[in-house]
Amino acid sequence: MGEIGLSDAAPEQARRAAMSATGEDSGVTAHSDGLDTFPRLLDHNAAHRGDRPASREKAFGIWQSWTWAAVREEVRALAMGLRDLGARPGDRVAIIGANRPHLYWAMVAAQSAGCVPVPVYQDSVADEIAYVLEHAGATLAVVEDQEQVDKVLSVRDRLPLLRHLVYVDPRGLRNYDHATLHAYHTVQAEGRAKAPLHEAEIARIVAAQRGDDTCVMLYTSGTTGKPKGVVLSNDNILMTSRASASFDGLRESDAILAYLPMAWVGDFIFSMGQAYVTGFCVCCPESAETMLADLREVGPTYFFAPPRIFETLLTTVMIRMEDASALKRRLFHHFIAHAKRVGPDLLDGRPVGFLDRLWWRVGAALVYGPLKNTLGMSRIRVGYTAGEAIGPEIFQFYRALGVNLKQLYGQTEASVFITQQPDGAVRADTVGVPSPGVEVRIGPNGEVYYRSPGVFVEYYKNAEATAETKDAEGWVATGDAGFFEEATGHLRIIDRAKDVGRLRSGALFAPKYVENKLKFYPDIKEVVSFGHDRDAVTAFVNIDLDSVGAWAERNNIGYASYQELAAHPLVYAKIQAQIEEANRSIACDPMLAGCQVKRFLILHKELDPDDGEMTRTMKVRRRIIAERYGALIEALNSDAAEVFADIAVTYEDGRTGRIAATLEIRDAAVVAVTPAQGVAA
Amino acid sequence: MNAPEPAIVAPNRITGETLLEVRAITLRFGGVEALKNISFDIMEGEIRAIIGPNGAGKSSMLNVISGFYHPQEGEVWFRGQRRAPLRPHQIARQGIARTFQNIALFKGMSTLDNIMTGRLTKMRRNMAWQALWKGPAEREEYEHREAVEKIIDFLEIQHIRKKPVGALPYGLQKRVELGRALAAEPNLLLLDEPMAGMNVEEKEDMSRFILDVNDEFGTTIALIEHDMGVVMDLSDRVVVLDYGRKIGDGPPDAVRQDQTVIDAYLGVAHE
Repeated sequence: MGEIGLSDAAPEQARRAAMSATGEDSGVTAHSDGLDTFPRLLDHNAAHRGDRPASREKAFGIWQSWTWAAVREEVRALAMGLRDLGARPGDRVAIIGANRPHLYWAMVAAQSAGCVPVPVYQDSVADEIAYVLEHAGATLAVVEDQEQVDKVLSVRDRLPLLRHLVYVDPRGLRNYDHATLHAYHTVQAEGRAKAPLHEAEIARIVAAQRGDDTCVMLYTSGTTGKPKGVVLSNDNILMTSRASASFDGLRESDAILAYLPMAWVGDFIFSMGQAYVTGFCVCCPESAETMLADLREVGPTYFFAPPRIFETLLTTVMIRMEDASALKRRLFHHFIAHAKRVGPDLLDGRPVGFLDRLWWRVGAALVYGPLKNTLGMSRIRVGYTAGEAIGPEIFQFYRALGVNLKQLYGQTEASVFITQQPDGAVRADTVGVPSPGVEVRIGPNGEVYYRSPGVFVEYYKNAEATAETKDAEGWVATGDAGFFEEATGHLRIIDRAKDVGRLRSGALFAPKYVENKLKFYPDIKEVVSFGHDRDAVTAFVNIDLDSVGAWAERNNIGYASYQELAAHPLVYAKIQAQIEEANRSIACDPMLAGCQVKRFLILHKELDPDDGEMTRTMKVRRRIIAERYGALIEALNSDAAEVFADIAVTYEDGRTGRIAATLEIRDAAVVAVTPAQGVAA
Repeated sequence: MNAPEPAIVAPNRITGETLLEVRAITLRFGGVEALKNISFDIMEGEIRAIIGPNGAGKSSMLNVISGFYHPQEGEVWFRGQRRAPLRPHQIARQGIARTFQNIALFKGMSTLDNIMTGRLTKMRRNMAWQALWKGPAEREEYEHREAVEKIIDFLEIQHIRKKPVGALPYGLQKRVELGRALAAEPNLLLLDEPMAGMNVEEKEDMSRFILDVNDEFGTTIALIEHDMGVVMDLSDRVVVLDYGRKIGDGPPDAVRQDQTVIDAYLGVAHE
């Protein structure tokens, strides 16, 4: 796909090129107190809030806690142990596994020994791990369990620099060759035993570290090409953490649940940066499957989740309400409708009538309170969502309940924060105002640029990409197209700048905009739309098995597999109705009216990161999908009523197979806008 | 995948001592001879498979070992001593635990409670103490709960800890049943078709758990299984039964090449 700038498509926005905005300067200060590295912050926290909880983890059914003083001891012991294994300043230490306190400590231990931690996505296949470890030149790896050990060992011959492997969970590893494989606690024990040898040296390293030293290297999941190693300095991470923590008034009594991948910049800022700066407690779930139950037990006060999680939660609630008794169902719908009317105003402090207020209280006692408790959201003061657009319905649902859910816009290269919504000015369709200390401007082609203390140092071993992304003055191109709303100063993002294209008729085509409209329906899990250089917009749809499956069950529609359900004529009819409804809504926006979906098909398999169709953070990879499903796209653009699809798939264990099916193609009604645009049906 | 195998040190879990031995077992139901003069041994620390076509007498053999059936002829030797006919609960106290071909869990009870029932033989306080639930009984319950939680962690079933097992998918119920057998901390674990009715992924998970149980706790395992691929990968030695007679006994590779076995079973199975 060619690089299609927004400049051709939206000259009106090009005129706004000069427009820019800057976040407040408050909160961004130099670290006069010398607390500009994680090891020094750990010392500070151990000294000043030593008996407060720093880490929690549910193990054997009970929440185990570690105080800041205990964490410091664990980190120091591991740092000395890593040094004893040969870790030297400048070395890279890979961290692979799910969110575990021990792995978070390993990052600070690595830094204490002068090394750079490189967290890796835990569900990466061996080949992806090999790429990152090889590119980063990791000499040590601290991993969670046998699964990760096996993956690393299977690609060991590609990693000549990798000397030692440390694992947290010994299960199943008893009979492995322990020449270069070590248990976490034995490394710590060895470190403690050899303290006289390493203690002074570590103190010297920690004292010599500076704010502009590398703090961490994070590999971006990469919607295109191989992942890039984003180098972030201590100042990047800690200045951003300080600014954002003061923006939302975070404090040491807060608690968060760390469940998003450790390799993701957001987790590094929330579970490491902000936690070390403010001293709040980071809780790790028992396992990925128990996350929702753990969420309820922890009751976090500060919570981040991608829209997908909020969608899943809402879908679960709705499915369960459908099965509830008639009385409960009516109660639920009545009070939710009331909450949607007055809840957001109450949350934003706008005036609300006395009776409405009173009735909201009744609703809170009967519905909102118990529901929030079930969702684990009773104590949330600050909630964020980002990464993808969130459906206005979903967003308003949580705000109506009184959950202070906000949006932010960020990137790995910015140490997360570019813009965010302040309390009291929250809307579903914007991403907020520039974060403290961040300057944002819109380029001549509509692309969003920013400059901030969080801007990354470089892409590791890739000066060319660094130069393409960051200019000499420190402005970074986001690759996203967007504009500032003149009335409110809020930023709105439409799509990836390079994905915005044109139909043959000349009408503007923003695929993400179309897909988001459709994904707001609970039945639709994923959509990929095509339209650039085509006569009309067409789309692949992935149904949501939970939502459609529950609907099928209630309506006595039998199905044996995902594939069968996806091809069911009634499911097709249901999806078609939703597409046509979305088309009517798209037609209301004159600039994007050409984006209405004219033909669609429902895919017989879910798009999957294991097949390379999505990134590990669940974003669609358009180019790969266009390659893999080329024949289907051609069929969508012909008159064919069906198409045969035979797709190679990769199972979770790495084996491959094929899934074949004949897929129906349907036409959806589109609203005629102007005949000149040539999209009227 | 063509990646090199991880370097694994040869296991020394098999001690070479015989844990259980059956000698010349014959079991009849009326006129039907279910088992005819069967002899074999199970060594401490090994994974021993019993295979054979339908109706070969595999489950009968397991029931003899677990003391549910009493053979008309022959002897069972356990830890070097001839075993007198015992009731199944007495056998359980000797350190033999089992799972069933058709899951036999308490469907209305949670995963946690089901596994807790496996601790029964380990409970020291009587029912009156348990009902009072004070002092020693309370402390004892904590100990048992800890043991159960370790099993839940081991089998990775934290997410279904409090769910009633009747509502769980089949593969998970099988795992819970394994958990209950493990709760008795057995020396010998008998698994009756642990992978029947499972899909490939569930089978792989279960295989891993069986290997891990053997590896982590040193538990000796005797299992009945239909899936040849699984049996050959898992077990150290295989006994082959056909129509109540033993027609093969040895390491998987030897059994696989044995002409009698091929004729009776492997050769005519599905190929």
